Amino acid sequence: MTVGHMVTLAGVLFTVGMLGVLSRRNILIVLLSVELMLNAAALAFVAFANRWDNLDGQVMVFFAITVAAAEVAVGLAIVIALFRLRATVDTDRVDLLQR
Amino acid sequence: MTLFFWIFAALIAGAGLMAVTRRNGVSAALWAAVVFIGIAGEFVLMRAYFLAVVEVLVYAGAIMVLFLFVIMLLNLREEDLQAMQGGPRLHVAGAFFAVAFLGALVWTCRRAGLFAEPLRAVKAGETSGVAGPLFERFVLPFEIASLLLLAAIVGAVLITKRRLR
Repeated sequence: MTVGHMVTLAGVLFTVGMLGVLSRRNILIVLLSVELMLNAAALAFVAFANRWDNLDGQVMVFFAITVAAAEVAVGLAIVIALFRLRATVDTDRVDLLQR
Repeated sequence: MTLFFWIFAALIAGAGLMAVTRRNGVSAALWAAVVFIGIAGEFVLMRAYFLAVVEVLVYAGAIMVLFLFVIMLLNLREEDLQAMQGGPRLHVAGAFFAVAFLGALVWTCRRAGLFAEPLRAVKAGETSGVAGPLFERFVLPFEIASLLLLAAIVGAVLITKRRLR
């Protein structure tokens, strides 16, 4: 079990999240995939905090979790407002700014 | 230790793939909760005990419950979910970027010699260990984080309100 293993695992999780963001159209799943990517970054942070024997990386993950909680609350509020307005959570049908 | 690393790694990768491929939002959120529990396990292996507990409490507890609430509140019909299936073009593009990114990451790790560096922290990330830097050098960001949470609460309530006066 080395730092490289941990960072590769974080990369795998980040890739899975990126796959969800790139190829799903349900906006709830896209938000969920963003959470997975944030967690992958947290894993890498803790791995390097362990490597340098320094707890600052863990404090950073603590802040990342705080920001993620705020982000999820606002993001889901926007999803609810969107659903009320357009009756859809399909990212392909929310394209007013593309026109 | 190494055995547990592989068990949790398999849990994270498998449950993550399940989470992003489920059509039903509820099962996707539950698979994501499994991912968070696996990450908490890896945190314990890296001696980040406080973060492991926070991960389970905040992510698997609070954030996933919020997700489940919203998924059940919207209550999407089966034909809506069916209509939202991404085309093969999206899947090919997603798979291409995924493989390219992962390949670049592993190559970089190998070049940087990270596969030869064992995990060997002496300091344990218990509550007291994390609280030390948090309340000394990072006390200003800590207070700003509380303001951020307050802004998020007010913002979420305002955005979901039907009519503003």
